[in-house]
Amino acid sequence: MSLVGAFAASHAPGITGRPALPPAAESQPILRAYDELRARLLALQADVMVVLSPEHWANFFLDNMPSFCIGIADEFFGPTDEKFVNIPRRSVRGNARLARALAEGIAEEVDLATSQDLALDHGVMLPLHLLRTELAVVPVIVNCLAGIPAPLHRCHTLGAAIRRTVDRWPERVALLGTGGLSHWPAMPESGRIGIDFDRRFLDAFIGGRIESFMRYPKEQLETEAGPGGHEIRTWIAVAGAAGDGRGSILAYQPVPAWSTGCAVAALQIEAAVKQAG
Amino acid sequence: MSLYDVQKLLFQVNRDPKTLERFLNERETLIAEYRLTEEERRAVMATDFRRLYEMGAHSLLLGPLAANLGLSFPDYLAILRGQQP
Repeated sequence: MSLVGAFAASHAPGITGRPALPPAAESQPILRAYDELRARLLALQADVMVVLSPEHWANFFLDNMPSFCIGIADEFFGPTDEKFVNIPRRSVRGNARLARALAEGIAEEVDLATSQDLALDHGVMLPLHLLRTELAVVPVIVNCLAGIPAPLHRCHTLGAAIRRTVDRWPERVALLGTGGLSHWPAMPESGRIGIDFDRRFLDAFIGGRIESFMRYPKEQLETEAGPGGHEIRTWIAVAGAAGDGRGSILAYQPVPAWSTGCAVAALQIEAAVKQAG
Repeated sequence: MSLYDVQKLLFQVNRDPKTLERFLNERETLIAEYRLTEEERRAVMATDFRRLYEMGAHSLLLGPLAANLGLSFPDYLAILRGQQP
């Protein structure tokens, strides 16, 4: 079959953790965009969803922090941080066969770790909760947190590698990258939003021009988008998988009470992937 | 090495319900298992979020810990900023 959908969405813990804190004029566009995403997913009749999520100390620590780790199992549990996001812990269906095929396919191009016991935090569970989906998931954890996160362009290569395997897979596969955009998470600066960065990034993301962000300097990224800005890695991977297709923004809304420039977007899927610059 | 140990403790408290229970009920014994300086030990004993943040503990270890202790996010932020919640 093939890749049937390529999406990216913010997973700010406040969306479910403190839903009433922002004014409705700020929260509603994001919730509506998640509803639109749900409708699109249903229409695509996907069998399984690959979810690219940043690590948030659910699995890995400074003793061993992989750049990428794929969860190979038929069942996962999450969220680990249920109090932080106010989502009850539950079991989530996995797809070990696709995960194993993906691991082998990705390893041809990008080194990655594998785990048969991956814990899911809000990065996966909050989007699943808002999408109200029971789809099986294949989680791919991307280090955007600590140690030496993979270079941004490497995440594009990861996405392209995912695409090559998915295109040979017999089931209908959707892809969702979660995280970002700008945020200073749980820090004294929380509430600050890098609106200019977010808009430039979204323009590039939906304009088929993600390459303009693939060598973005680390310090500039942190100044303009906060430490949470590193989570654009999952978006870049989605663009890589979609062949840098153009797309649309379902919502962009700075939500200070959720500490995040929140966005939801969808990309068209080009026939072929591009080589990372 | 010390900040590493502070963060390792917070990491394990947040991700392992049994360690969280020990943090709530027998904090001193739990903390003794980590190699902390006296200042770090005091900050962890008191869950002094501001001090821990200033020491370099990662904010995504501190925010979820605050939630696990029943502290609201706005109150947690106020403490980080040195304001009384």
